[in-house]
Amino acid sequence: MFKIEKKEELSDLVTLFEIEAKDIAKKAKAGNFFVLKIHEEGERIPLTIADFDTERGTITTVFQKVGKTTHHLGTFNKDDYISDVIGPLGRHSHIEKFGKVVCVGGGVGIAPIYPIARALKEAGNTVISIIGARAKNLIFWEDKMRRVSDELIITTDDGSYGRKAVVTVPLDELLRENNDIQLIYAIGPAIMMKFVCKTTEKYNVKTIVSLNSIMVDATGMCGACRIEVGGKTQFACVDGPEFDGHKVDFDLLMSRQRMYIDEEKIALERYTV
Amino acid sequence: MEERKEDKKPKNRVKMREQDPLVRARNFMEVPYGYTPEEAIEEASRCLSCLNPSCTKGCPVAVDIPSFIKLIKEGKFIEAAWKIKEENALPAVCGRVCPQEIQCESLCILGKKGEPVAIGNLERFAADYETEKGEIQLPEKPKPTGRKIAIIGSGPGGLTCASDLIKSGHQVTLFEALHKPGGVLMYGIPEFRLPKAIVGKEVDYIKKLGVEVVVNAVIGKLYSVDELFNEYGSDACFIATGAGLPMFLGISGENLNGIYSANEFLTRANLMKAYLFPEYDTPIKRGKKVAVFGGGNVAMDAARVALRLGAEKVYLIYRRSEDEMPARKAENHHAHEEGIEFMLLTNPTRFIDDGKGNVCAVECIKMELGEPDQSGRKKPIPIQGSEFQIEIDVGIPALGTRSNPLLVSTLPDLKLNKRGYIMAEEETGMTSKLGVFAGGDIVTGSATVILAMGAGRKAAKAINEYLKWKYWDTSGFAKTE
Ligand SMILES: Cc1cc2nc3c(=O)[nH]c(=O)nc-3n(C[C@H](O)[C@H](O)[C@H](O)COP(=O)(O)OP(=O)(O)OC[C@H]3O[C@@H](n4cnc5c(N)ncnc54)[C@H](O)[C@@H]3O)c2cc1C
Ligand code: SF4
Ligand code: FES
Repeated sequence: MFKIEKKEELSDLVTLFEIEAKDIAKKAKAGNFFVLKIHEEGERIPLTIADFDTERGTITTVFQKVGKTTHHLGTFNKDDYISDVIGPLGRHSHIEKFGKVVCVGGGVGIAPIYPIARALKEAGNTVISIIGARAKNLIFWEDKMRRVSDELIITTDDGSYGRKAVVTVPLDELLRENNDIQLIYAIGPAIMMKFVCKTTEKYNVKTIVSLNSIMVDATGMCGACRIEVGGKTQFACVDGPEFDGHKVDFDLLMSRQRMYIDEEKIALERYTV
Repeated sequence: MEERKEDKKPKNRVKMREQDPLVRARNFMEVPYGYTPEEAIEEASRCLSCLNPSCTKGCPVAVDIPSFIKLIKEGKFIEAAWKIKEENALPAVCGRVCPQEIQCESLCILGKKGEPVAIGNLERFAADYETEKGEIQLPEKPKPTGRKIAIIGSGPGGLTCASDLIKSGHQVTLFEALHKPGGVLMYGIPEFRLPKAIVGKEVDYIKKLGVEVVVNAVIGKLYSVDELFNEYGSDACFIATGAGLPMFLGISGENLNGIYSANEFLTRANLMKAYLFPEYDTPIKRGKKVAVFGGGNVAMDAARVALRLGAEKVYLIYRRSEDEMPARKAENHHAHEEGIEFMLLTNPTRFIDDGKGNVCAVECIKMELGEPDQSGRKKPIPIQGSEFQIEIDVGIPALGTRSNPLLVSTLPDLKLNKRGYIMAEEETGMTSKLGVFAGGDIVTGSATVILAMGAGRKAAKAINEYLKWKYWDTSGFAKTE
């Protein structure tokens, strides 16, 4: 059983938990994820480790209420217990001094991009960050992101905050104006990552994405998470979750993410009525 | 071998009653009902109590078969269970899933003229009787030795090693990556062959003996093996992580929605109880037309689960003929009875997309058998131009598993064989890393429950020796590469 130490509503749809998980916190690194299962009948879902505190022995996760499990999870409060928390999983981000880098976080992807931006900053990189969402009420962690970035650009689809644009617009401008950008990190909805990669491909700048495929065990035992990278099948849970975005088949990823769309609807409806 | 005079006339085996095939094909309840006490006594009475029994030699953990059968004959059912437990910590499991027909029962003297004693059925009976009556006997607590052992993986190998070592008085911790202990018993073998409640009880027994079970602990990620030694303070470690890496066919369209590895399909159904969706949250595609590829026990299990999830048609597609199938004959028989359609000498060549990312058909090619290959089985050869398509909405490659590199890749000083399995000495489980023993599927590749248990037992013995002498000689296994 894993205790929720802190709960914070970051936006209308996005919730933050700090979960007591001493041993995971000790081992976690930027880019890792974990799996949780909320109760006996629950499913196993992967969530990114958005932050970790070795001293307090906690990991932070930020999730958006989309399906049954995340809606149910959203009703949990401080001092409630989650039955299973498994991690840290996946390969962690490869951090070194690259020079100038751009970190792009879209929607709930702002959370997992944060520890990566921080680690890149700590490694001595110049970090330009772009965070974007549909509207102002879905933007969070502006301050945190500003603290670890040399420059922060905010976009919203509807223009209710920051620039009225999708993240690829300022990204394209940055790439046009700076020919010394060495690396792009992008985390967000698959469709956003796909267009980020389309943008950066033109400039031939290496782009790392973190893929959120459907998982079960997340230890390489089942293959539920398989995706194609450079025409080869890979398991996102153990070979990733980070991959070279220019090689990822995003259409396959998006199709596989929709595999249980009917079942998800049934589960959510059953849960909400 | 001596036979007693009075039992001359060989009687037939007492059949275990089963659910009707067409009824059971639609539910997840266990297929056989188990013996009644009367049936058990009757079957036990067939045993000749040989003085020099051969059955025992066929048992990888050397259960004293004639003695426990004699106790059943005398109506001492609980004592019979205890007798088995002296050698085998998981009798209710083994009674159900061991391939007795090629082990103990294949050597039973009665098998020469008629049917061998139904040793497996009797083992199951005794174990179930004990559980039902609640008279689980805990052995006396041994004197604590102050030694600590870490066991990685809670399948039959890990469970057996843990139960042996706790009885030697060591402090034993069993680390399991998943949220439930039991390994393949929990996530792979379906409910109707091995009810999960039984696995749960066996694990509880091992906990009652004093073994600490830590679930959700992915070793190699959460803790390294070196940390288990240095920080946790282990004196020795046993790795029994199984062979959990699914193989795929490697043909086009294999990543379409609706294609599952057998591991995923079975894990969703068994461990996550997706057959109870939406009471349980994990979904699974309930295919109308399902094709399973492969001819082993895992393929049979996947096919029978698909049927129970409501499929109208389940095809078992295998590239050789039924004679070459590695599955247990009894499982083939069950599958046939339940209406699974065997498509033999057939090999899939590609999966076809419905235009929306879902599989809608599989293209196959007919095969014929040529000369025997290295495995001694006749090599299947495709018949040019014989391609045809079958409509399916779920496809399940069940081609076996390989070594999962998650843990072993973190141990550069652990020698692996060419296929990625841990090299360990057969009699002891000793590996190339000081203090580290290994056994079960992670050493042998996919094998059986009882062989993993045997390996756990041998390692437990060797660990006790090692703790005494701290002697590490790995010259033995280096030759076996
Ligand atoms: C569907 C199916 C049906 C089968 N049917 C039969 C049958 O009828 N009869 C029979 O005799 N055999 C059968 N087998 C084979 C049998 O189940 C295996 O040979 C046996 O379970 C192997 O035992 P094990 O202890 O080596 O490993 P496993 O049972 O595979 O257990 C390994 C455990 O280790 C855990 N683990 C892995 N990596 C880590 C890590 N890094 N850290 C912590 N834990 C880890 C896994 O999660 C797992 O729980 C079947 C197998 C399958 C898949
Ligand atoms: S089971 Fe068969 S071989 Fe074993 S003691 Fe009985 S008759 Fe003899
Ligand atoms: S989630 Fe099972 S292998 Fe990746």
